[in-house]
Parts: sequence; C-alpha cells; structure tokens
Amino acid sequence: MHIHALDAYRHRASLVHDLDGRVKLALAVLFIVSTALTPDGAWLAYALLTALVLGVIVASRLGVGFVQRRAAVALPFALAAVTVVFSVPGRPLLAARILGRQLALTDAGLIRFVSILLKSWLSVQVAVVLTASTPFPALLQAMRSLRVPRVLVTIAGFTYRYLFVIGDEALRLMRARAARSSVLSPSKGGVLRLPKGGALSSSKGGANVFWRARVTGGMVGSLFLRSLERSERIYDAMLARGYDGEVRSLRPPLLRARDVVVALPIILALAAIQILARLSR
Amino acid sequence: MLLNTVVPSPAPMHIPDGFLSLGVSLVCWTLAVAGVGVALWRSREALGERQVPLMGVLAAFIFAAQMLNFTVAGGTSGHLIGGALAAILLGPWAGILTMTTVVAIQALLFQDGGLLVMGANILNMGIISTVVGYGVYRGATALARGQRWGLLVGGCAAAWASVVIAAVATAVQLAFSGTSPLGVALPAMAGVHVLIGVGEGLITAGALAFVAAVRRDLLEPAGAATGGLRWAAAGLALALAVTLLAPLASPHPDGLERVAEDQGFGETAQDAPYEIIPDYVLPGVPDERLATIAAGLVGTLVVAGVAFAVARLRRQSAS
Repeated sequence: MHIHALDAYRHRASLVHDLDGRVKLALAVLFIVSTALTPDGAWLAYALLTALVLGVIVASRLGVGFVQRRAAVALPFALAAVTVVFSVPGRPLLAARILGRQLALTDAGLIRFVSILLKSWLSVQVAVVLTASTPFPALLQAMRSLRVPRVLVTIAGFTYRYLFVIGDEALRLMRARAARSSVLSPSKGGVLRLPKGGALSSSKGGANVFWRARVTGGMVGSLFLRSLERSERIYDAMLARGYDGEVRSLRPPLLRARDVVVALPIILALAAIQILARLSR
Repeated sequence: MLLNTVVPSPAPMHIPDGFLSLGVSLVCWTLAVAGVGVALWRSREALGERQVPLMGVLAAFIFAAQMLNFTVAGGTSGHLIGGALAAILLGPWAGILTMTTVVAIQALLFQDGGLLVMGANILNMGIISTVVGYGVYRGATALARGQRWGLLVGGCAAAWASVVIAAVATAVQLAFSGTSPLGVALPAMAGVHVLIGVGEGLITAGALAFVAAVRRDLLEPAGAATGGLRWAAAGLALALAVTLLAPLASPHPDGLERVAEDQGFGETAQDAPYEIIPDYVLPGVPDERLATIAAGLVGTLVVAGVAFAVARLRRQSAS
C-alpha cells in the first residue's frame, strides 16, 4: 500500500493546467484576499464570485463534484462560526432559551454567518483548483517568485520528496502493529481474533489507553530515529555528489502571452466585483 | 482503512480562509514571518549546510507521525500534532522550521488550513506551540535536575501546554476577527484541546522514552539553545502574551460572574478584607483593558517570582 493518494495533482489537458504556476498562485491569493474584503451581505458580489469560480472549475476540467469533495475539508470548521448568529447585535428573528441563557438569533448575525461560510467555501474551491492543476514543484517555483526564501522552498521540496517514503514507513509500522496484536473475544468463547485494523484500533485491545499511547509513542520514536538516520544518509549522498550548501535552481521561464491574456480579465473582474459590492450597499 | 488514515487532521486547529479578518491575517503573517526568519537564521548557524536535507526529511517525519494514532475510547482516536516533540528532539529553531513546513504543505496540498490565513496557522502551530512546548520542557527538566522523570513528565506537560496554548491563540484570533465571540470560542477550543492535549502528551512521552532508551545522545540536540531557564521564561512569556490578549477581544464578564448575574446571587459575595488589585484592574491605569492586562502581568510576575525563589532555595539546600 503506497501513499500516492497524497499527491494532490490531477492531470488534465486544460487551459488552467497550462497556465504558469506563478500566475495561478498570484491569482488564487488575489481571489482569496478579494473574497475576504467583500462586505457581509453583498449577495450580488458573492454570486458573481461564485460564477467566476465555477467558470474556472469548468475551464480546468477537474469536475465540479471532484472540487466540492475536496472542498468539504473546510466544512467542519463552520461550526466554529455558528455562534456568531447569536452574538452580533441586530433585529432578533428567533429567540430561544438554550442552556439557561436567553439567546436571540439576529438578522445581522445570520447575514454574517452566511457570509463567512460563503467566503470560506469560495476560497477553498480556488485553493483546490490551484493544487489540483499545478504540480507541486511548479507550486514551489511560484512561491520562490513571491519572494519566499529559497531555503524554505527547498526544505518544502525535500519534505514533499520524502513524504511518500516516510509515510510508507509509517503505514508499515501501523500494519506491523496490527499484525502483532490480537484480541481475546469473550463472546466467541475466548477465540483469538484479529479485529479489522488491529487490536489497537479498538478499545478492547491492548490493556488500557496508557499502554496503547506508549506503544504509539514508541512507533513515533522509532520513526523519528529512522528518519534522522535516513536524513544523514541523504546528506552524505548529497555531499558525495558535490553538494556545497548552495541551493541552485533553473531560471523559471518567462511569462507567455497566454498567461497575461487570462490573468488580466480576472484581475479586472475581481476589482469590478469589489467596487460593485460597495456601491450596491 | 489505511487510506482513511492517509489524510490526517489531528485536531480542529487549522483555520480555513474566510474565518479571520484581513487585518488579523496580516498581523499574524507579520509575526509568523518574523518568527520563521529568526528560526532560519539560528538554525543555519547551528546546522550549517545540513540544514536543508535534515529539516526536509524531519518535516516529512512530523507529517507521517501525525498519521500514527491510537484508540482513546469508542470511536475517537488520539493523534500527534508534534510541536513540542519537534522542539524537544530537534531544538527550538529547527522545530519551528519543521512545523512551519508541515503546516504549509498541509495547506497547499490538502487545503487543511487556508492560504491567506496560513500566517495565523503557522503562528499557532509552528511558532507558539513549539516555543511554549520547549519552554515548558526546559523548565521541567531544569526543575528535575537530570532525573528521568523530568524527561517524561516534562515532555508530557510540554506537549499538553503546546496544544492548549495554540488553541487559545486560535480562539483569540477568531474573536478578534468577529467570527466567534470569545465567550464561546475560548471555552470550546480550550476545552476540546485540554482533552486532545492529553493524547498528545502521552504519545510525546512515549516517543521520548523510546529515544531515551535507544539513543540517549539525541536528547541534547544540535540546535538546542543554551540557558534552560531563559527558554522556560520565554515559553511562559509567550503563553502569557496569548492569554492576556483575550480580555482585549471580549468585553464580557467571566463565566462565573456571568452565571452569578444571571442567577442573582452576585450580591451574596463578600468583599475581600484587603484590595490590592480590585477586579483584576490595576489602579492608576486609565484604560480599563490596559489595566486588566497590566494586572495580569503583575500577578504573573509575582507567581513567577515565587516559583523562581523556591527553585533557588531548593538549589541552595541541595548544594
């Protein structure tokens, strides 16, 4: 079992995939900033932003369903914002007595909550399209061009490179743990059985939680030592191949006309939406 | 089964885009950039040209370690975030760098955390959790004076504190942004993470016990700063700074006072026989919020002073 699933890139023959990574990153950040600046309750602006995002998703040929599934990762955090419906002062729509406190759901609070949800949903869709249409090395190059220090970008590149290797090691550790633990099942007459996922995946297995935590801690410690020794081997290999501490990279290609032609209208559209949002209030 | 563990989200602390205001995001970015910049500089001093491959691979380790879990009870499982562990095993500066890389990759690859708010996520999980964890660890090991329990208890407490303080910082940021009132965000985040922190503490202690048994020499990491008490003070100061920001974000009375007002027994409380800092407001400071913070600082300095005095007395009596 390998962790190819960790690679977020999905190859398609699309306009969005073809764009320069720097342009895509800059546009994505600009879009997210623009969404953050959009005032609460500017529904027309949100609708236009949604249309823009949907247009980009369609142009990228990634599939609306695919993007929405990935975007769902931001959803649980919405719970954190729910209480804002009660705390923003405004015209009360619904009064309720919850846990002994008198709470009123206000119109301003509801508008604020929905606005936060929309901002979050729009931003995460853009981020999904960005990472699914841009190979990670190109993304790192793009960050270099945004003045992120070269050392950080190189470290991130190394992390990505070895993520899969060390992630596979972690999976092997978990498989080994599962294979070495079993559970005495009282209901089946004391027959030894291996629950799906191993004994430490159920609370019946493995004495108590402290023992389970200690075993897991040992796995973490073991993984650390292996990673450390691996990094030392990697460093020696780099030295043997002439590494002198200086990280060099190829100069990125110049922007093409296509990148500019796609970027300019989007920037103008975002600016127009912001102006519209403020005018329509 | 294995695929489900592949995309880890150990704790609800990665803030997505849209939940922080632009102002709060920018302030957090500034602090994060400053912190990461210092960490880059100091770790290059300590590691030299080994910095890049070492940090890269160890960031991958933290990422993978977050996948290792154990069952706490029923369907819930405990995970590692790794801030304190990274600081203890790698030193504070390298710890900050590795955690920052992990947070950035989680945001970029998995949308676990937004792009605009990445500064805040780096600040919480990359810097605050690492520095607070390291500070508690160095303070505890200094108190234990080299005994083995200092390593395990210190590691456990460091991990717990790192998670809780990072959660408090997250709640404060949410409150300042107007996304979630402090009266709800703080108890919710802190409450959940007080429990999650226990799992983090146990795994961290287990990992430290393993490393101590197999490679004891690694527990004096190359990038470690000297001056354990200074780090303990730094960790304490950062934790304080985060918690003392809270009154700025909320005008509401604290929980017990609120309940007392609601239930009408606020009047039965008796006045204290003496009042040095009445109502947590330092007399003489005009602005009430600043006065609250000043009072908190004075109180904490008194407590810290007493703690240091006790530590000095113990050292004198031992030598």
